Amino acid sequence: MDTLTQYAYIISAALFIFGLKQLSSPATARRGNAISSLGMLVAIVATLLDQDIVDFQWIIIGMAVGGIIGGLAARLVQMTKMPEMVALFNGFGGMASLLVGWAAFAFRPDAGTFTLITIILSILIGGVTFTGSMIAYGKLSERISSAALTFNGQQVVNSLVVLGIVASSAMFCLEPTNSGWLVWVIGLSLLFGVMVVIPIGGADMPVVISLLNSYSGLAACAAGFAVDNNILIVAGALVGASGIILTQVMCKAMNRSLSNVLFSGFGSGKVEATKVEGEIKPITAEDAFYILEAASSVAIVPGYGMAVAQAQHVVKELAELLEKNGAEVNFGIHPVAGRMPGHMNVLLAEADVPYDQLLEMDEINPRMETVDVAIVIGANDVVNPAARENESSPIYGMPVINVDSARTVFVLKRSMASGFAGIENPLFYKDNTRMLFGDAKESISGLVREFS
Amino acid sequence: MISVEVFIIPDEVFLTFILMLSIFLGFELINKVPATLHTPLMSGANAISGVTVVGAISLAGSGQQDLANWLGAAAVALATINVVGGYLVTDRMLAMFKKKGS
Repeated sequence: MDTLTQYAYIISAALFIFGLKQLSSPATARRGNAISSLGMLVAIVATLLDQDIVDFQWIIIGMAVGGIIGGLAARLVQMTKMPEMVALFNGFGGMASLLVGWAAFAFRPDAGTFTLITIILSILIGGVTFTGSMIAYGKLSERISSAALTFNGQQVVNSLVVLGIVASSAMFCLEPTNSGWLVWVIGLSLLFGVMVVIPIGGADMPVVISLLNSYSGLAACAAGFAVDNNILIVAGALVGASGIILTQVMCKAMNRSLSNVLFSGFGSGKVEATKVEGEIKPITAEDAFYILEAASSVAIVPGYGMAVAQAQHVVKELAELLEKNGAEVNFGIHPVAGRMPGHMNVLLAEADVPYDQLLEMDEINPRMETVDVAIVIGANDVVNPAARENESSPIYGMPVINVDSARTVFVLKRSMASGFAGIENPLFYKDNTRMLFGDAKESISGLVREFS
Repeated sequence: MISVEVFIIPDEVFLTFILMLSIFLGFELINKVPATLHTPLMSGANAISGVTVVGAISLAGSGQQDLANWLGAAAVALATINVVGGYLVTDRMLAMFKKKGS
C-alpha cells in the first residue's frame, strides 16, 4: 500500500475520533456524525486511489448496490424500528468481515501463522455476529418467537460447537492447504451465532444488540489484522469499545451479570408466580382527566409498549396540554426501557420532546415524592417495586423508577397479563395506583380529548 | 565505542500496539456519551464498522477474476450498506434532538 494512503488513514482516524468526541452532547452530535462520515470518505477515496487497485468494475457495482440499499433503508425506516435496523446492520458488518477474512486467505494462501489466526478470528467473530444478529432481528421483529428458547442438553451442544470451532481452527492453521477446515470454521461459526442468541428472551435484547454491536467492531478489527490495515483496526476497536460500554450499562441497569443474561435463559417461564395482595382499581379517562387537571407536577415513564402502540406523538400532545395547564412535565427514562439503549429517547425526540425534558432514572427518582401524577405508558418491569421490596422476586435488586412514590400512579396497560418472565407487578395493586386499560395510543388520545 | 543495535518492529507488534491504544481511547470517548444519545451512538458505530469496506476494496480491485475478488465485491456491497445507511440514519435521528425552546 502507498505511504500516501497510510497518511490519509491517519487523517481519517483523527476525524473518527473527533466525531465521536462531539457525540458527548446532543448539541454537537450532528456535526460529530458529519465529521465521522468525512473521515470515512477520506479513507475510501484514499483506498480507491491506491495503486494496488487495478480494476474498479466490481468495486463500483458493490458500492452502488450497497449505497442504494443503505440509503433507502436509512430514509424509510420508522423510528420505532431502529432496534431491528441496528441488528441488521450489525449482521451486515459481521458478514462483511467474514468475507474479507475469507478473501484475504483466498488471496494469500501462503500467509504466516499470525495472519492465519487473524483470518480465523475475523471469520469466527464475523460469522457469530452475522447469524446472531439475524436471530436478534427475527426476535425483535417478531418474525420468530421472541421468547427464550432453551432445551435439554443445550450446554452440551454449545460446548461441542465450541470444541469443533477450536479443533477446526487449529487444523486450519496447521494445514492451510486443506480448504475443508476453513469450511468447517465458517459453518460452525455461523451455527454458534444462532446458538448464542436463541436462549435470550426479547426483553434482554438491549444487551444482545449492544454486544453484537461490539462484535461487529471487533470483527472489523480482526479483518484489519488479516489484511494489514491500520484504519480497520482503529475504527473497529472504537466500535468494539463502544459496544462493550453499552453492554455494561445495560447489564448494570438490570442488575445482572453478562453471563446471566447470555446463559440463564431468563424469561423461559420457569419463574414461580408470586401472589400479590390487593385489588386492581381501574379508572376512566374522564376521572383520570380530573386528577391530571389538578396536578402541578407530572412524570411520564414510557416503555416498550409506547413504541409498539406508536404513541409518542400523542404523548407529546398530552405533555404540552399539561404544561399549558401549569404543570411541570418530565419524562423518566429507564436505561433498559425499550429494545435497545436510548430507544425511548429517540422516539420522544421524533415527537419533538426536548431532550432536556428527558431525565435519567437517577435524576427522576429523588424527585418522585414531589410528583403528583406518574403516568406509566407500556412499561412494566422497569417500574416494578418488587425489585426493591421482594427478595424472592427474580428481578430483586434491579434499579427501577420508583413511580409508586408519586402521589398517584396511572398505569396504561392493554390487559392484566404479566410482563416479561411472568413476574407479577405489585405496583398494579397499590392504593395509589389506577389502571387505565386499553391501547396506549387510544387511552392517551382519550385524555387529550378530555383536555380540549 | 557504543554500538547501537537497530530493531525493526515486526508488523504484528506494531498493529497490536495500535489496537491497544485504540481500545483505551474508545473507552474514554464513549464513556462521555450521554444515555439519551445511545441509539444514535449505536447506529453511528454501525457506520464506522462499515470501514471494512476499505479492506474489501483492495480485495475486490485486485483485477484477478478469482474467489478473493468475488468475496471482496460482496463485502464491498455489505459494508457500503452500513456506511451509507448508518451515517444517514444517524443524521436523521440527531436532527430530531432539540433543546427546549429552540
